[in-house]
Amino acid sequence: MPEAMPHRAPVWDFLFGRLTLDSLPFLKPDLEGRIVLVTLVVVALGGVAILGYITKKRLWGYLWHDWFTSVDHKKLGIMYMILGTVMLLRGFSDAIMMRAQQAYAFGPQMGYLPPEHYDQIFSAHGAIMIFFVAMAYIVGLMNYVMPLQIGARDVAFPFLNNLSFWFTFWGAILFMVSLFVGDFSTAGWLGYPPVSELQQGPGVDYYIWGLQLSGVGTLLTGVNFVTTILKMRAPGMTMMKMPVFSWTALCTSGLIIATFPVLTATLLLLSLDRYLGTHFFTSGFGGNVMMYINLIWVWGHPEVYILILPIFGVYSEVVPTFSGKPLFGYSSMVYATVAIMILSYLVWLHHFFTMGSGADVNSFFSLTTMMISIPTGVKIFNWLFTMYRGRVHFTVPMLWTMGFLFTFTIGGMTGVMLSVAPADFLLHNSLFLIAHFHNVIIGGVVFGVFAAVNYWFPKAFGFKLDESWGKASFWFWLVGFWVAFTPLYIMGFMGVTRRLSHFDNPALQPYFIVAAFGALLIALGILAFIIQIYVSIVRRKAYAVGGDPWNGRTLEWSTSSPPPDYNFAFIPNIHARDAWTDMKKHGYRRPLEGFHPIHMPKNTAAGAVIGVLSFLCCFGLVWYIWWLAAASFVGIIVAAIAHTFNYHRDFHIHAEEVREFEHTGNWQAETQGARA
Amino acid sequence: MSHPSSPGHADDTLHVHQGSLRGYLTGFVLAAILTIIPFWLVMGHVFDSHWLTITLVLLLAIVQIFVHIVYFLHLDTHSEGGWNMMAFIFTIVLVVIVLGASIWVMYNENANMMPMSPQYQRSGDS
Amino acid sequence: MNSTAVDTAGSAPSTFLCHEEPPAHNGTLLGFWIYLMSDCFIFASLFACYAVLGTNDAGGPSAAQILDLPGLAVNTALLLLSSVTFGFAMLEMARQRKRAMLAWLAVAGLLAAGFVGLELHEFHDMIEAGAGPDRSAFLSSFFTLVGTHGLHVSVGILWLIVLMVQLGKFGLTEANIRRLQCLSMFWHFLDLVWVGVFSFVYLAGVLR
Repeated sequence: MPEAMPHRAPVWDFLFGRLTLDSLPFLKPDLEGRIVLVTLVVVALGGVAILGYITKKRLWGYLWHDWFTSVDHKKLGIMYMILGTVMLLRGFSDAIMMRAQQAYAFGPQMGYLPPEHYDQIFSAHGAIMIFFVAMAYIVGLMNYVMPLQIGARDVAFPFLNNLSFWFTFWGAILFMVSLFVGDFSTAGWLGYPPVSELQQGPGVDYYIWGLQLSGVGTLLTGVNFVTTILKMRAPGMTMMKMPVFSWTALCTSGLIIATFPVLTATLLLLSLDRYLGTHFFTSGFGGNVMMYINLIWVWGHPEVYILILPIFGVYSEVVPTFSGKPLFGYSSMVYATVAIMILSYLVWLHHFFTMGSGADVNSFFSLTTMMISIPTGVKIFNWLFTMYRGRVHFTVPMLWTMGFLFTFTIGGMTGVMLSVAPADFLLHNSLFLIAHFHNVIIGGVVFGVFAAVNYWFPKAFGFKLDESWGKASFWFWLVGFWVAFTPLYIMGFMGVTRRLSHFDNPALQPYFIVAAFGALLIALGILAFIIQIYVSIVRRKAYAVGGDPWNGRTLEWSTSSPPPDYNFAFIPNIHARDAWTDMKKHGYRRPLEGFHPIHMPKNTAAGAVIGVLSFLCCFGLVWYIWWLAAASFVGIIVAAIAHTFNYHRDFHIHAEEVREFEHTGNWQAETQGARA
Repeated sequence: MSHPSSPGHADDTLHVHQGSLRGYLTGFVLAAILTIIPFWLVMGHVFDSHWLTITLVLLLAIVQIFVHIVYFLHLDTHSEGGWNMMAFIFTIVLVVIVLGASIWVMYNENANMMPMSPQYQRSGDS
Repeated sequence: MNSTAVDTAGSAPSTFLCHEEPPAHNGTLLGFWIYLMSDCFIFASLFACYAVLGTNDAGGPSAAQILDLPGLAVNTALLLLSSVTFGFAMLEMARQRKRAMLAWLAVAGLLAAGFVGLELHEFHDMIEAGAGPDRSAFLSSFFTLVGTHGLHVSVGILWLIVLMVQLGKFGLTEANIRRLQCLSMFWHFLDLVWVGVFSFVYLAGVLR
């Protein structure tokens, strides 16, 4: 806090802004300080170990040249998935802390977290899980899979793709830094005013700038992917021959383009209120708090569809593959996706039915909300009918899909309950709501991400993931989810509200203890997932597969595992939906001669440099270190302009290199797949 | 084999509609007229009814926006395989939703929830 | 319908591959257009704020009292002229006349700079008169919307300067032509947004 250091020399104020020794929570002697200190030590030791390992193995050059500066959509996709997993661990530790606190803090027992700290934890949990876990995962999946599915060599703007990743990455780092330097927002995951206006200190500013960075990154990704899908599909792949996952990637990217600017604008207005004393969302001088809530949900509701649409795409790839049948109702699936895209823009008010709109407004948004369940229902039936009379293989991706069908349908039904405005007056801000959206986000998005990871991992690395640990992970998650959230549904009906760090009524404690046990089961699910990855890497020789391990149907399975930098030696020529099935059916044989040079984008350091500078700029803004903010802002502009003077952004892979890869790459199962 | 409606075939960069001198001048004259009229309506106090004037000004603005789109931005249904136009229509629909519904919602909220203190009134009304 | 594989291709595998590399489709112009569409949503949010907050003057100056319509007329004329002169530059570009093109670009840039200068002057006068962005929600939304537009124009000017250097140095290469086409879209787009600003914020604003 600024007043704590009254006698600091002005030069220190200039150099460090409002950053003082008191801003470092781990120096405080209380319990909270101890917790942060222990976390810091663990993170620091882990960090030193990793950095030491990299240095010892002399991997810095490799990482820099092959990963950090890479514009390859596949490598960026993998980096997004790693970021998502690391942030999942962070977000989940927040969840465990909340569950532990709530299971424990009853009556005279105040728990181990003071309310101020508890508020930071639920704010960070929500924001991290949405922006840096779910978004990172779906952007990673789209990055990896979509260009392969449409038969392209890369995305339309490979450099922007790299830049987007670094913006997201540094946004996440800004969130992580808030753990150890200063504090975090206590205003919830959406930063509602007046709390976000009135909270002094850097917490809300960390929130704002972290989201602004990742938001810009996501927006660029959206522009990039739409352009890629519209311009770079292989010849013959008309829109109605495009795989459903790519369709959902298109619709999600369209929604990103239409909503993330609204988020950027809204957070900008909030920061203007905080930095320049404007009056958008203040309660005096004509400001209007409700306008913030309106605008943030204009972004916020489509956002959940941004998350779920590509995951619907994942299921639409997994189900046909493991049922050995084409997707039932391809066209209806596409139209349902488009309908959801448009409708998702018409429902945002259902997040604040209780804020005082009239009956006409509430009825309108209530009806649109109910309507959106229709195309979603169409999709569920399509997946069921695809399985019907198919030969269903219960592989790990398929298990996650079955878990999804069961869990998500129930989550959807509780959503329809909430869409009834009068019912929402009872359930608003209760634990019922918490249970509902975890039901759709865990049961939908998270399950889908695990299905996708298990499904496409062999494509990305050339070996399958361990089945038994995968199944263990699935069952722990599925059972853990229901044990953790059923009590919340029940307590929601009893009127228990969200975001409380302490309860007076001891009758509630058993429910919270059960919920905490559920969270523990989910923790085991996450652990099993990590063990699954580890075990599979250790046994990668035994688990090795060729280009087409699942007898897949779409183009990504037609190339080797992992695919070469250029994806396809020859751009495929598309005649039908499920292009790879079509090729296999017609006895396609991979050519081994006649290669030509391939035109590819060059790697560039510009994205990594601009990423670091934008992090420094935002850090300066958070702490009022104006020289740092100004200098790095100028640096960003200079770096961007310098990058435009680089006209030599691509190169050719020699035909000889292509030939060599095509003869040595990992293909073995391909012919077997062709005969199946 | 023919490739019916393969992605983005009939472009590319150098064949983009560049416009003509005639087009730019037409656009300029139309835009100038469509700018002068609303200024005249407002500054000359032509109508007594404020709402009539506002409606006319906004209608003229919409017309002028389309003049800009046609004569300066050269938007048509052919460029980029129609995707430019598609993106534009998508944007228009959603922008109308954001603006219209936000105003509708906020009008409701204000009418129902705002305290009626003088601070929230415009100074001219009190 | 559900049909997987209409038998179109015969069984020769070569029909499934393009043995000639298909021509690359540059996505820059479409991508930039899509970016502009996303920018529409930033402006839409700010317009929505002005629509909701524009009459909340909190006892301070109202739009009718503070907004300068004659100055606005000059500004609007400058931006429209800048837009059309940029169009003339594009016509010269199409005729491969680099010097004439650069001259028109310079004119367009100067007109836009005049626009930004006048706008800054207007802002300065308003703040001096006690009508800064922190005075009321009306002024907050006014300054933010008009300022965001002005910031876009300023970025456009910076971009124009960089691009003129690149055009002078490297000539009308394919990459430079593409960049100029993007900047041209940006330029006209900002004039289009300005139509909304002067109509809704100023002309309709003083009457509300």
